[in-house]
Amino acid sequence: MPATPDIQAMRSAAREIRKQAVRMSHRSHATHLGSSLSCADVLAAAYWGVLRLNPQAPDDPERDRFILSKGHAAAALFATLALRGFFPVEDLERYASPGCHMEEHPSPKAAPGVEAATGSLGHGLPIGTGMALAARIAGRPSRVFVLMGDGEQNEGSVWEAAMFAGGQRLANLCAVIDCNRWQATGRSGEILALEPLADKWRSFGWDAVEVDGHDVGALATAMAATPGESGRPLAIVARTVKGKGVSFMEDDNNWHYRVPNDDELARALGELEGA
Amino acid sequence: MRNAFVRTLTALAREDERIVLLMGDIGNRMFDEFKSLFPTRFYNCGVAEANMTGLAAGLALSGFRPVTYTIAPFNSYRCFEQIRLDLCYQNVPVVVAGVGGGLSYAGLGATHHSCEDIACLRSLPNMRVLCPGDAVEVGLLLEQAVREPGPSYLRLGKKNEPVIHQTPPQLAIGKAIELRAGRDVMILNTGNTLPEAVGAADLLAEAGISAGVASVHTVKPLDTDLLARCFQTCRLVVSMEEHGAAGGFGGAIAEWMADAGPQKARLLRLNTGREFLAASGNQRCAREHCGLTAATAAARIREALG
Repeated sequence: MPATPDIQAMRSAAREIRKQAVRMSHRSHATHLGSSLSCADVLAAAYWGVLRLNPQAPDDPERDRFILSKGHAAAALFATLALRGFFPVEDLERYASPGCHMEEHPSPKAAPGVEAATGSLGHGLPIGTGMALAARIAGRPSRVFVLMGDGEQNEGSVWEAAMFAGGQRLANLCAVIDCNRWQATGRSGEILALEPLADKWRSFGWDAVEVDGHDVGALATAMAATPGESGRPLAIVARTVKGKGVSFMEDDNNWHYRVPNDDELARALGELEGA
Repeated sequence: MRNAFVRTLTALAREDERIVLLMGDIGNRMFDEFKSLFPTRFYNCGVAEANMTGLAAGLALSGFRPVTYTIAPFNSYRCFEQIRLDLCYQNVPVVVAGVGGGLSYAGLGATHHSCEDIACLRSLPNMRVLCPGDAVEVGLLLEQAVREPGPSYLRLGKKNEPVIHQTPPQLAIGKAIELRAGRDVMILNTGNTLPEAVGAADLLAEAGISAGVASVHTVKPLDTDLLARCFQTCRLVVSMEEHGAAGGFGGAIAEWMADAGPQKARLLRLNTGREFLAASGNQRCAREHCGLTAATAAARIREALG
């Protein structure tokens, strides 16, 4: 990745990820579109601005890892990997169809570049913590990024891993929390005591920053911050809007489960194209 | 079994730099040598089994061969979903070692019994379920388990159980060890009740009944060749295990029977029953209560023979 992330490239990637995610949901009738749209900028910043990886060598032991712990945003991850060159973009047309390993939650080896099987919440951070520990033991330069949802912060295993990583001072580990303020059936701030989220992470031995989760430049800068200065792992609380990029989906939690019809697809693509 | 586990693991870790030991804040001093020899490959993960299991998956996905270790109920059902998804679904080489299997820690109460672990873990695709019958089998199974391409559950007892194998046997995962042949009865034992099974066969022999014993250290994959053989040659096949009646080793045999069709022998299942054990006292008392001592098992077998 370039030393100075290319803002235009990241923005363009985020737009393409969103367009693909909308098409994939429409074509396959797969849900969780709002969740995919809210994290598209995080994915674009990571894959176009931060991660050291080579799509032609997806198993390189020295690569950086990115785990989509909020596995229900699989469409966004598959779109990202295809657009980044891990596999042909045309393959996305088979997403969630019979015989295709790209399911609505990422299965093991669903596609080149998928680092872990996810879909049940609270699994990605422990696995990512293990990968960060592995890199440390083996003396590899790899950094590990784990993208979680704000609803996912409900899971106790997240905090078990947070305590372990904080205790071990795994500075090569970075958690990004897509705080779109909704979980499946309500406001995430109302269902459980979520806030102050950054302070929670700090109290578990992490550094924590809050960023605009739709500002790809700010996201890339936060994620690329030199690891190891404090010796602590880093949590990035990304403030986002669920359904971001499509006016009639933004902050409307019906799009956790709704699938766009033909008219909605055309309107959504039109808005994204003009953005 | 506990000492054989740590001794073997330490020896394996000398030869294989991929072995990492994760433990859940138990085994005071037991791992001192491992820790001093391999300080970067030993982690006390605290009392947090879900994270420990996920960590192991992440290490395995990065090329390591992790072994997780804590008390059997906590390393099996406490973190069952992490075992199911992080280990089995991803099919990664992790050994999940549960100490205090069955009623080893009977006196600690039902929180510390593991009479459902075999049932839970053998239900999972890709998982191997290994229940050594003595310390010798612990060492041999662990050596093989760390070389397997996928996950294994190693169900340990406690310490200082009787050693059955005076010389190391040929041991392969999935292949039972026949300790003695029998014409009338075949006792198939899995796990730490092996000395009781041998004792029961001795008592039956004294009563003129020819009883064989096999140590079926692997519940999954099940040694179906052995089952086919002994169900055709004996009058009675006995399953013996320190595990509940539902879904354990005896349950696995019953499933096999349902699929394999009519057999000459019938099956008698000896196990810990269908209730939580309360006020059971120590392991010996609990075995008496459940009919899993040599004498109580022999009596039930004679009764079943009629």
